[in-house]
Amino acid sequence: MAHIQVPEGVPGIRSLVMFRPETGQYLYELAQVLLRGESPLSEAERELIAAYVSSHNDCVFCMSSHAAAARYLFKDKKQLVDFVLTDYQSAPISNKLKALLNIAGKVQVNGKNVLPEDVEEARRQGAIDRDIHDTVLLAATFSMFNRYVDGLASFTPTDPQAYEEMGVRLGEKGYALPHNS
Amino acid sequence: MPHIPLDEKLPGITGILNYRLDTALPIRELTHILLRGNSTLTQGERELIATIVSHGNECKFCTAAHTAAADLLLGEKETTDSIKKDIALSSVSDKMKALLIIAKAVQVSGKNVTSEMIDQAKKAGATDLEIHDTVFIAALFSWYNRMVDGLASVTPTDPAFYSRLATILAEKGYLSSENRYAGLTK
Repeated sequence: MAHIQVPEGVPGIRSLVMFRPETGQYLYELAQVLLRGESPLSEAERELIAAYVSSHNDCVFCMSSHAAAARYLFKDKKQLVDFVLTDYQSAPISNKLKALLNIAGKVQVNGKNVLPEDVEEARRQGAIDRDIHDTVLLAATFSMFNRYVDGLASFTPTDPQAYEEMGVRLGEKGYALPHNS
Repeated sequence: MPHIPLDEKLPGITGILNYRLDTALPIRELTHILLRGNSTLTQGERELIATIVSHGNECKFCTAAHTAAADLLLGEKETTDSIKKDIALSSVSDKMKALLIIAKAVQVSGKNVTSEMIDQAKKAGATDLEIHDTVFIAALFSWYNRMVDGLASVTPTDPAFYSRLATILAEKGYLSSENRYAGLTK
């Protein structure tokens, strides 16, 4: 049960946004512009970084929903999502994405853990300033979302089907504010 | 040196927020509502939550900035000092103690917030909205701390810089405005 009185049966962040729509609207706006707006990283790559950070924070709701969105967006390459979540070093992804996941993993623990050599390695693999900025921004944002969702013990569905549907919705429609109706 | 090129005149978070405006906008709105909007927690109390989280993450820039903002809003420096040493022994109310303990738990992981901590806060008079906002502010500063340190932005060492920044935060809040940082460089 959630720590505060949120709408019953509504999962994760959606229930919190319905509890306080005034702040919720900006959370969704941030998610939409960060995950669907203009970036050198593809939407699928950004969802993958979101799922990776959420998995390290052990936030089951965020990890499952963003992994599902990443699978939907990677289409016929959707298996790589689970490879990355298990061991990204041996996953069939570019060296650039591996270097960015290394940075995201460090930000998840503490921003200070990102060293100049981590950034140099990413640049050597072709990352530009915006790739680095957006990776840190994604990792920081999901460190926030994960804490918000778990800190209030919001409802986490256990049925994999529920997440698959969320993944399709997020892939097709992006981050649209839920309504209190 | 920062990991990406940032405006040299804008240290800490300020240059980072200016680097990408479309994502900075909702973050500024969110911060302004949570720290300056209508609330049964005072602005000073909410700055204490920002301070304790930044202190726990050892983010020097954010800790100095929000300590200075809290000191200015509270009109004294003892409280920020005492919560960093020991929340239980600090001079804040029992309700604020319970909320700061929740914030400290969130700083480590959302999962660390226990039902006992929530019960304690409710027993001390905290409402659902106050608990919600405390968790949210703690999560939000987990964001700020990671942005500032993850991009290795410049951390000024002159205490006067933080007094100037605190004046801006106390007088103008967190929304963007023209010449917002004009008073920062003196």
